Amino acid sequence: MKHLLGTKGMTREDAVLILDTAAQMAATQDREIRKLPTLRGKTVVNLFFEDSTRTRISFEAAAKRLSADVINFSAKGSSVSKGESLKDTALTLQAMGADAVVVRHWASGAAYQLAHGGWLHGSVLNAGDGTHEHPTQALLDAFTMRKHLMNTDGTGVDGKGLDGLRVAIVGDVLHSRVARSNMHLLTTLGASVALVAPPTLLPVGMDSWPVDVFHGLDDALDAQPIDAVMMLRVQRERMTGGGASFFPSPAEYTRMFGLDGQRMARLADNGIVMHPGPMNRGLEISAEAADSPRSVIVEQVANGVAVRMASLYLLLAGEEQS
Amino acid sequence: MTGIVLTAPDMTRAITRIAHEILERNAGAENLVLLGIPTRGLPLAVRLAAKLAEVEPSFDATGRCGALDITMYRDDLHRHPTRPIGATTLPSAGIDDAIVVLVDDVFHTGRTIRAALDAVKDLGRPRAVQLAVLVDRGHRELPIRADFVGKNLPTSRDERVDVHLAETDGEDAVILTGGAK
Repeated sequence: MKHLLGTKGMTREDAVLILDTAAQMAATQDREIRKLPTLRGKTVVNLFFEDSTRTRISFEAAAKRLSADVINFSAKGSSVSKGESLKDTALTLQAMGADAVVVRHWASGAAYQLAHGGWLHGSVLNAGDGTHEHPTQALLDAFTMRKHLMNTDGTGVDGKGLDGLRVAIVGDVLHSRVARSNMHLLTTLGASVALVAPPTLLPVGMDSWPVDVFHGLDDALDAQPIDAVMMLRVQRERMTGGGASFFPSPAEYTRMFGLDGQRMARLADNGIVMHPGPMNRGLEISAEAADSPRSVIVEQVANGVAVRMASLYLLLAGEEQS
Repeated sequence: MTGIVLTAPDMTRAITRIAHEILERNAGAENLVLLGIPTRGLPLAVRLAAKLAEVEPSFDATGRCGALDITMYRDDLHRHPTRPIGATTLPSAGIDDAIVVLVDDVFHTGRTIRAALDAVKDLGRPRAVQLAVLVDRGHRELPIRADFVGKNLPTSRDERVDVHLAETDGEDAVILTGGAK
């Protein structure tokens, strides 16, 4: 692997390798000394064209735990706000000796362009591009599901996929790169995916997606037992207001798609509740669900660091690839 | 010289002797922890621990034996394709104030052991660290020595020493190949 741009087209073998490596990384994070010398002398640049404190600090923590040097570059108040092009920014980073660039961009395809534009020598990790992909989020979700749901025979989860798991992704699929990355990765790993959203929040042209679609959380729960339910964040600006609203009212959204205690009780026996954060408590998820023992939302954050450590290790530690 | 330099009975005898040497040096098995370096140091550590328990029944062979993966501490990571990371398991009591005996199959340049010492340092502060190896083939590149050696095997650099263990390879043997023709 040279770049980590998306989960579409990622082989099962590569995905399992990342998850297995992440498990070893997670084990090192229980130690008193959590820093490893593995990426000493490497420079990782966090290039963020969109605000994202969580993803950025997760990548920053991951790189620092592996002893890489981290440079944070946010578009706000930088040369980018003065009109610099992506190419010139990339050339600048190249001149500074970036071994890896972690990029978050509002434009779908920005990470691909950065990786294949011939501007950068190093690896590119996509930390979210437009409504396209957010692979490390999907990997950390898969890691969390595998850890909780795949150790049924007590032999551990190393080398396993997510075969037979039934996952529901609920909410704004239209604008969600998390949903897209998860859909590709989870199906590659053998899980079946149900998308649950109002018709206005589903994209056109999704006939080829390997998913079931429901227009209500109750319908999805009726159809089959759900092992993991992933609640997506509803963006405030998409709720109401003139012709720009995607659903009539927040209350209606909560009634049709919100996860509350009653719906949570209808999950499969060991079913888990997930959310990529930040949560809108009371909108897509009730406090009862968010704080229940089934909720693995806080653990997802810790697993995010392990998965990003694994990604950085696999891209940067070996001999240079062309 | 090519061929089998240690047979299965030789190997058993070497491990038995090392077990006795470890107990003699440390005046018993108290506070001893064995850490095998994967891949083949691990089954050797398990065998050594079983042998220690035979001689000193108070020694808890499974509870005092662990694995130390040193991949992330290597100094040659950037010179090879990416290596998979193995598991590190420690005795539940940790290694603080213990006498840690590192166990590996072939002792060569010393770089693996340097990495292992760095890894140990991050895991705790043992009272002492000792090194037990099945074969010492020389050609050290660092000032590191072994405390317990199964067999000293003078080799040339272009020869190859392969340790086969029943647990990983289906047979017990140390095989020397290659070298000047």
